[in-house]
Amino acid sequence: MTTHRTPGAQLSEYLLRLGDSTLILAQQLCGWCGHAPTLEEDVALSNVALDLLGQSRLWLDYAGSQMTPRQSEDQLAYQRDAEQFRNVLLVEQPNGNFADTQVRQFLFDSWHCLLLRELSRSSDAQVSAIASKARKEVAYHLQRSSEWVVRLGDGTARSHAYAQQALAHCADHVHELFAMDGLDQAMLHAGIGADLAALKPEWFSYVQQVLAAARLSYPQNPLNLDAGKRGQHGEHLVGLLMEMQYLARSNPGAQW
Amino acid sequence: MVSDQQCSAAGSGTASIWALLAEIADPEMPYISIVDLGIVRDVRWQPAGLRVVLTPTYSGCPARHAIEQDIGAVLRRNGVESLHIETRLAPAWTTEWISPEGKAKMRAAGVAPPLAVTGEWQALTFWPREAAPRPDCPHCGSTRTRLQNECAGSRCKALFRCDGCGNPFEYFKGI
Repeated sequence: MTTHRTPGAQLSEYLLRLGDSTLILAQQLCGWCGHAPTLEEDVALSNVALDLLGQSRLWLDYAGSQMTPRQSEDQLAYQRDAEQFRNVLLVEQPNGNFADTQVRQFLFDSWHCLLLRELSRSSDAQVSAIASKARKEVAYHLQRSSEWVVRLGDGTARSHAYAQQALAHCADHVHELFAMDGLDQAMLHAGIGADLAALKPEWFSYVQQVLAAARLSYPQNPLNLDAGKRGQHGEHLVGLLMEMQYLARSNPGAQW
Repeated sequence: MVSDQQCSAAGSGTASIWALLAEIADPEMPYISIVDLGIVRDVRWQPAGLRVVLTPTYSGCPARHAIEQDIGAVLRRNGVESLHIETRLAPAWTTEWISPEGKAKMRAAGVAPPLAVTGEWQALTFWPREAAPRPDCPHCGSTRTRLQNECAGSRCKALFRCDGCGNPFEYFKGI
């Protein structure tokens, strides 16, 4: 595991986790643009992506300002390789079918809402400002993805089966959302970060509430994968980055 | 005062600057101005020039860059030589900051203005959509309206339909 010598390096590493998770999920949702089941859904998914991208830019800009030498948000988004990304594994899971995307979104949004609530109380003024702004946007995301989970789970036999399958897969990546590693502990201790583990009961209670309405059941004994925050990713992230970074890397310094 | 010398065309105080800004339309909703929208938080003359503080609406709002360009163009055209636009994130923008005039202009343009935002949530709760408060129809005033889609023409608006007059309309979401 990386050792973090200075408070600035620790903070930037922590901010990368926030910026990368939102960036990768935004990029994933962009993949639905032009392919969603209805035009309205297409627009809605792109709008959620837009919010997450905007939030990511704020986190990455702040992360880069804490690095020596200073890195721009574009440098961080386009010039790093997969093992330098600090996103949670959940967001890099493939879009799959529509249920896969909505279940992934639902598990992320519910966690994201609680995380931002905690970070809005951060002792770091910029972390608090970004989180306070983002949480209002994410409340809308959660309402939407919760409704979709209910609609799919409590829908046809086929949509129900797809949603339950999606849940079985995504649940393997939930442990990481609440895992407190050394960096999480240090940031919590510094009054900057959130106590992720403490959020889990509240998160699970909400998830159970929605799943009950959706006639879905939370999987028994999911895996405890948690390496994304430390830069160990699955192959899906590599393909995603190749597409996201291609233009910027093949045209260094390009402006758009 | 430095400001008097620096800004002869635009006038000496900030009142004239506010008046100029109040003429700048929101790029996505040209019927209301950026001042109506409540994103201009402060205008101040400083030794180095004019400082305008903006609080962005949504984090990813694509209109933000266009708004800053418009401000620069209008103020320079009116004699402001040195301009510094500053972004202020906290406190976060809320639809409560939209002026009564701005809300009236929205309604006149067929967009239902945002309902009051009541505090910030603390705990996650799942409530069925039917229980959520709904805007009145901006066309006929009917309360018999229902949500069609969470996102309409832009991120900040939802699409509703009115069962009174049978027309669709956009609702500027409260945030």
